[in-house]
Amino acid sequence: MANTQAMCTSFKGELLKGHHNFGVGVIRAATTADTFKAALFLASATINATTTAYSTTGEVSSSGTNYTAGGNTIVFTAPSTSGTTAFTTPNAAISYTNVTLTSAFDCVLIYNSSQSNKAISVHTFGSQTVTAGTFTLTMPIDDASTGLIRLA
Amino acid sequence: MAIVTTTKGDMDDSLLEKKEGIIDNDNETTQWVEYWLEGELVHRSVDMTLKRNVAGEAVAQSLG
Repeated sequence: MANTQAMCTSFKGELLKGHHNFGVGVIRAATTADTFKAALFLASATINATTTAYSTTGEVSSSGTNYTAGGNTIVFTAPSTSGTTAFTTPNAAISYTNVTLTSAFDCVLIYNSSQSNKAISVHTFGSQTVTAGTFTLTMPIDDASTGLIRLA
Repeated sequence: MAIVTTTKGDMDDSLLEKKEGIIDNDNETTQWVEYWLEGELVHRSVDMTLKRNVAGEAVAQSLG
């Protein structure tokens, strides 16, 4: 037997479930999952790793129709671990239906609407427009290799 | 025949010119469909699957 330095895989999964708090945390009213949302942003916006929370600045709602500011509510799968990676993925495709978004957009921000709209992740793609149509983001397979959010 | 939602209201697709395309690269697979009426874009939908997802690296720093 030998000891091996590591970040415990169980800890990674528990981070995704809010089990650990190293600082000043938040009081939770229940043990259920928070509410998460996915908002689209214009190609001209500046959304990146320094983004701390959702705001309407640069969101497609400023120029689109039938798109609700704040985006769509999404539900994540229960966090899992495989190998040494913890992961979770929205449990369904994200669809913005019957919208017109004529200004090019290239980014979706995932954020926690239960916790002051704090930012989680930014996903960019080739610029798109939608005209009286539907924009669908199909989710990858929820596993350690392709899950949308992973702690490796 | 199918009904398509357009900027002119719901229309029979037989009245429209249909254009389709697919983009497949390291980042995404994107399929789009457009319907045109007399040179005017009246419908565009996009179905995208992201491939390159985000991962955070959890590190246990060595001591000493």
